[in-house]
Amino acid sequence: MLRFFIGRLLVLIPTFIGVSIIAFSFIRLLPGDPVMLLSGERVMDPGRHAQIMHDLGMDRPMIVQYFSYLGGILTGDFGTSIVTKLPIARQFFTLFPATLELSFCAIMFAIILGIPAGVLAAIKRGTVYDQALMGTALVGYSMPIFWWGLLLIILFSGILHWTPVSGRIDLLYFFPAVTGFMLIDSLLSGEKGAFASAVSHLILPSIVLGTIPLAVIARQTRSAMLEVLSEDYVRTARAKGLPPFRVIGIHALRNAMIPVITTIGLQVGVMLAGAILTESIFSWPGIGKWMVDSVFKRDYPVIQGGLLLIAAVIMVVNLTVDLLYGLVNPRIRH
Amino acid sequence: MKKKTSFAAALLAATLLSGAASAKTLVYCSEGSPEGFDPGPYTAGTTFDASSRTVYNRLVEFKHGSTELEPGLAESWNISDDGLEYTFKLRPGVKFQTTEFFTPTRELIADDVIFSFERQLKADNPWNKYIAGISWEYSSGMGFPDLIKSIDKVDDLTVKFVLNHPEAPFLADLGMDFASILSKEYADKLAADGKMEQMNQMPLGTGPFTFVAYQQDAVIRYKANPDYWNGKTKIDDLVFAITTDASVRRQKLEAGECHIYPYPNAADIEALKGNSNLAVQEQAGLNVAYLAYNTLIAPFDKTEVRQALNMAINKQAIVDAVFQGQAQVAKNPIPPTMWSYDDATKDDAYDPDAAKAALEKAGVKDLSMKVWAMPVSRPYMLNARRAAELIQADLAKVGVNAEIVTYEWAEYLKRSKEKDRDGAVILGWTGDNGDPDNFLDTLLGCEAVGGNNRAQWCNKEFNDLVKKAKQTADQGERTKLYQQAQAIFKKEAPWATLDHSTTFMPMSKTVQGYTQDPLGIHRFDNVDIAE
Repeated sequence: MLRFFIGRLLVLIPTFIGVSIIAFSFIRLLPGDPVMLLSGERVMDPGRHAQIMHDLGMDRPMIVQYFSYLGGILTGDFGTSIVTKLPIARQFFTLFPATLELSFCAIMFAIILGIPAGVLAAIKRGTVYDQALMGTALVGYSMPIFWWGLLLIILFSGILHWTPVSGRIDLLYFFPAVTGFMLIDSLLSGEKGAFASAVSHLILPSIVLGTIPLAVIARQTRSAMLEVLSEDYVRTARAKGLPPFRVIGIHALRNAMIPVITTIGLQVGVMLAGAILTESIFSWPGIGKWMVDSVFKRDYPVIQGGLLLIAAVIMVVNLTVDLLYGLVNPRIRH
Repeated sequence: MKKKTSFAAALLAATLLSGAASAKTLVYCSEGSPEGFDPGPYTAGTTFDASSRTVYNRLVEFKHGSTELEPGLAESWNISDDGLEYTFKLRPGVKFQTTEFFTPTRELIADDVIFSFERQLKADNPWNKYIAGISWEYSSGMGFPDLIKSIDKVDDLTVKFVLNHPEAPFLADLGMDFASILSKEYADKLAADGKMEQMNQMPLGTGPFTFVAYQQDAVIRYKANPDYWNGKTKIDDLVFAITTDASVRRQKLEAGECHIYPYPNAADIEALKGNSNLAVQEQAGLNVAYLAYNTLIAPFDKTEVRQALNMAINKQAIVDAVFQGQAQVAKNPIPPTMWSYDDATKDDAYDPDAAKAALEKAGVKDLSMKVWAMPVSRPYMLNARRAAELIQADLAKVGVNAEIVTYEWAEYLKRSKEKDRDGAVILGWTGDNGDPDNFLDTLLGCEAVGGNNRAQWCNKEFNDLVKKAKQTADQGERTKLYQQAQAIFKKEAPWATLDHSTTFMPMSKTVQGYTQDPLGIHRFDNVDIAE
């Protein structure tokens, strides 16, 4: 298992370098100039423009800039935002817990509903349940996040007043961020009602962000279960007279889980992409919103550093999924 | 269902609006995150709302809801006869805010004023480059480094600005956000502690609100400054809940999660007006959107061609389609709310037949041109693409084939100023200080050709009038000069003036005393919340 782990870890190094090159070069391929944008409609004097480019080190040859950037990363310096003038790593780690908390709740929502829905659809294959569940999953998968988010806000917040419109917690509560995770911080704060408020603020964004993964997981679980349910050992288990719960819950589901775990792992990337829109709609101060703003402002250091840090997160998740395979199916780790 | 409802009811009961019974908290659903809290290096209104208009003051201030100046940190001032010396008498007893991160030991003095400007003007000032890549956009853009010869301390409460040449808009410039007055004592402490960058993160000034905390991209908190020289504000706490999506801002207002928000969607205005719990303030914006021809390139170098094209464009249709009618067709290059606006100007009538005839008379046949559409929405032009499509259709009716082009925003700004640019550019401007010079010279002066003057139009007669007005102190005299300049502009038609947009501010009816500001800034120092 250790060799398997180290092997996987070594693969990450070239991947990381590849991502750093892509992150560095792609943003520079886009037209636009961060310094020009600082002055908006007001025209900046060319001399001053050149001076600021020089101050930012952006007048050096591209390759020199890249290696200076890479050198910075190796010493833990991801650079400083051109706009806010704040260190990138500090901003990332301030905002990342919000994205992580939202993504975790969303994926939990997707797993808790998606797997049972997929299992049920597989067991009831061809029935009205199957069609209804898979039809709903297809609708969920096709739903544009932006529209879906607004629709839920209008219904549950605007008309029914069941949930708050946006934000992470009611503005009434103000306590220092200890962990950055609002659910934990609200508990630590000891303020009455803070935790309930944090939970209520998570409901709609989690549903919106979790809808596409939910649909994917449900469909994947269904097809994996269908395949497993037709296996001989399942027939044998049934013939032995095992109760249906044991046949499906233990014999079939465990074997069907491998592709489902892969799917869940892949959904993390999908969720980070979805977080961009979800965070914008729900005024959720996470990295998705931060990155989008930075693209519009051509804040190169933020985009580079942010992409790299996000890629690192996805790589860690993929590594974890690989390790989980090993746990679920011992044949893989050998 | 019942359980859920009671849960929600409990949550609602805990909202800040009920909490406001003990301390009056105003929640403003702002449209974006501030770039920083030092107003000097930035140009965005979002940043100014969160810094200069809450935490800081200036020597002179704009009156609420107006572009007229009133005393701020300077209680009086004197301008020398030659217009070169401005002597300001500072208000005595003005205290800087006491915060958790700094306790001032002295009141405002001339050193603070000198520090606040010199850091922007002098390259050798240690604060001039206190953050890597910092640039003093407004100060440089307004030409302050060349304009100001020296800033001298006469005594603790008297400071004198000496200019290199007379500049009538100088006083109005000092009311702008970048001219906010910072505490030198706080700056010295930060420098001594090696924490200079904190000036941009934890602001401290003399303004109505004291900065408390900023949770990035989420919430900014302020409390009323108990020592404010103009009297403590009626609200106790001010919260900016950053909400970037205009539809979500509307939902938050309707759900009682905020009291007031800026920049509503044009399509939401009627519904907001129909809500009995809400009020919607509206005001003509201090802005203009225009289509600038390149007057250096044929056939747009001919006045009669530009005039003919102006007659071909149905500006009312643009206002109706882009702003749902919530804007005003523009006939002058300055907005009607600005002093010296010439209401007597006769706009070009929309007349495709006359336009076609005029083009033929000018010898223009089968003209093909480009119309540039901005890729972003700005207050003066919400949807340039839509406007460009309408212009394209209008031009087709007079036999002109228009192709719409667009570029990424920074690229658009860069390419549109080039002298050999092909085509007419849609762009606009929002006033900085309420002075006509900020439109007429900045956008149409000869010095701005190849820069802000997108029409590349240099008319000596116009330029002389505007320059003369800039150096004239008397406003009545300046008005006459600017009105003559507007007449020349209309006759020469370097632009098709498109619109002046209206700005709306929806708010809860419990909000009292809020006044919309023509300069587009949002101030809460006069606001109260009804119990």
